[in-house]
Amino acid sequence: MPLASAAALAQDHGNHDQFGNRLVGEVDHVANGFDPHKLLWEFDSGTVSVTSDGRTLREWTITAVDHEFEVAPGIKFAGWSYNGRIPGPTLRCTEGDRLRIRFVNGSTHSHSMHFHGIHAARMDGVPGAGMAEPGGEFIYEFDAKPFGCHLYHCHAIPLKRHIHKGLYGTFIVDPDPARHPLARDVAASRLLGSPENAPWQEMVMVMNAFDTNFDDENEFYAVNSIPFAYFDKPIRIERARPLRIYLVNITEFDPINSFHIHANFFEFYDHGTTLAPTHRTIDTVMMCQAQRGIIEMTFAEHEPGIYMFHAHQSEFAELGWMSHFEVV
Amino acid sequence: MRANWFWLALPAAVLVLIVALLLIWRPLDRLSQQAPPVEEAAVERVNLTPGMISIDVRTDGSEPVVIAQVQVDTAYRLFTAHPLSMGARLGRTRIDIPYSWIDGEAHHIALVTSTGAIIEHSIEVATATPALSGESLALLAIVGLLLGAVPVATGLLAWPAMRSLSPSVMNFLLALTIGLLAFLLIDTIAEGLEAATKTIGRLRGTVLFWVMLAVTTLMLLALGRAKGTAPEGLRLATFIALGIGLHNLGEGLAVGAALATGEAALATFLVIGFTIHNVTEGIGIAVPLADERPRFLQFAGLAALAGLPAIIGTVAGTQAVSPLWIAVCFGVGAGAILQVIIEVAALLARRAGQGQWLSPPVAAGVTAGLGIMYATALLV
Repeated sequence: MPLASAAALAQDHGNHDQFGNRLVGEVDHVANGFDPHKLLWEFDSGTVSVTSDGRTLREWTITAVDHEFEVAPGIKFAGWSYNGRIPGPTLRCTEGDRLRIRFVNGSTHSHSMHFHGIHAARMDGVPGAGMAEPGGEFIYEFDAKPFGCHLYHCHAIPLKRHIHKGLYGTFIVDPDPARHPLARDVAASRLLGSPENAPWQEMVMVMNAFDTNFDDENEFYAVNSIPFAYFDKPIRIERARPLRIYLVNITEFDPINSFHIHANFFEFYDHGTTLAPTHRTIDTVMMCQAQRGIIEMTFAEHEPGIYMFHAHQSEFAELGWMSHFEVV
Repeated sequence: MRANWFWLALPAAVLVLIVALLLIWRPLDRLSQQAPPVEEAAVERVNLTPGMISIDVRTDGSEPVVIAQVQVDTAYRLFTAHPLSMGARLGRTRIDIPYSWIDGEAHHIALVTSTGAIIEHSIEVATATPALSGESLALLAIVGLLLGAVPVATGLLAWPAMRSLSPSVMNFLLALTIGLLAFLLIDTIAEGLEAATKTIGRLRGTVLFWVMLAVTTLMLLALGRAKGTAPEGLRLATFIALGIGLHNLGEGLAVGAALATGEAALATFLVIGFTIHNVTEGIGIAVPLADERPRFLQFAGLAALAGLPAIIGTVAGTQAVSPLWIAVCFGVGAGAILQVIIEVAALLARRAGQGQWLSPPVAAGVTAGLGIMYATALLV
């Protein structure tokens, strides 16, 4: 919304207030190096090969960099990022894969990648085990387990600062249908690339926030970093196809965040580590810091239109965590 | 003569050279390269009209300060920004935010600058800024009149009582006037310094306040003694009236601001308090006139000089004046009061004679003056 039109907009609408909860201007996603509308749909399966004992090996190279970006129109934030995007790349693998992540630290501070998964202590990415100094690197290697929707983040000290400046990303382990004979179809629908997975519209939403004046309170809230990004430009979804959202909460300073859908209900898989929903038929889910899960829902019976979703902490919603689906 | 000009031009030329060198060479940049930009801002005025919050922000920084986003009650809002003064670093901006603010409730504004810094301002009690129509101006003028000119004139009515008083009672009354004025001086300084701190640092509101005080005192002292003698009688009464008038301008601002922020109940008490308080000011003006026979018009003039500025203050106060100007006004007012304290003290010293300056009646008078003012100020 250009500056000059705010007053005009106020004039046009008798109850202008209803349209006034916005930011003025537009974020330059190209200059930022990442676009929330693109990274929403992006999964990085790594470079795949087969080990001598016949297992799938997935390899990634992740680089941490100092990354100043436009957190909201006209406001620069001195962030840190993995591979030039916040949140970092969504790493996706299958249960039982061997994973090798080469972590390069191109930043001016010590960083790490601490995975929420099952691995050896020396692969934990914490001070004393798996840190990379500026200019250095570390290779994390472990098996993909348990299946679910997980995350990774920097575990350097001070933790709050290293996380909220942008060093986090989603880590998805798809279930291997062969290991779940009793729920084979459910597992297959979660396995990226399978025929059962093909109809699903899958997206990643990382609930995050930024404290631009470093007072340990957030000024901007969002999913995938840019406030109101999906409010101003709705996420287009086809109602004939089911919807699966990999939802991660990495909001700092506020103990909880939430996801609330309008005019619909969903099934929720806490941590994504089960093949049956842990919550059935809910329209709001509350998550503490680092909690995550999988949302499954359908708009098949709905009429097309704009459907709102947002944090049901009204404060977070009005500070940016407010979004729209455009159901077609 | 030519040589003299040279010695004046030389330091000026050297100064220009130094500034040019600093600007072109920028030797200090290496020290400040990594430093984050320093930003300072103060919300100086808030105007509330139906469906709109308008605020004036004065900004200062090592780089020009840009207001990038605006929150009202921790929600981002659409807004428009208009620069009011184009300073590279020192700036003033009007920000208009369409918002259905709620009458009588508090609203909190946070301005987010381009660096992500936050400038906060609270509207304690939201109420519409009075539009200055003919009717509202007339009402405000009546309030100002009740506040200033009426009580001062009432106090002046006591003048005949002073005509046949013994010298020691007269000295007591002059000392009482000093006490009254000393209270006003302290009060004005406190108000002025409070306003001075509400603007940004580079404008040096506090320094400006003290400078205005000193300059006003010196100028009025020089003016009063322009004829070679210290002011006495009607001239001294006129200076007292001027000092009190400038102080009453400040009282008017307080009442106007109370009216503007919707604290009508407070405004009523302020008017009652100031009215009682200001009757004593009228007595103070009457004291130097004890040995004179002023005409009625001269009395009226004194009452107008001491009282009418309250009207200007009341009207201006409703319009949320910039705190910098308030500090300047109070500085001038305090300076004028200091000048009359000096002149009344000088008169008292001349009257009381050598060694009598700190006699018991004088000490009692000053104490009584301060006491009366404090007691009546409790009503405000």
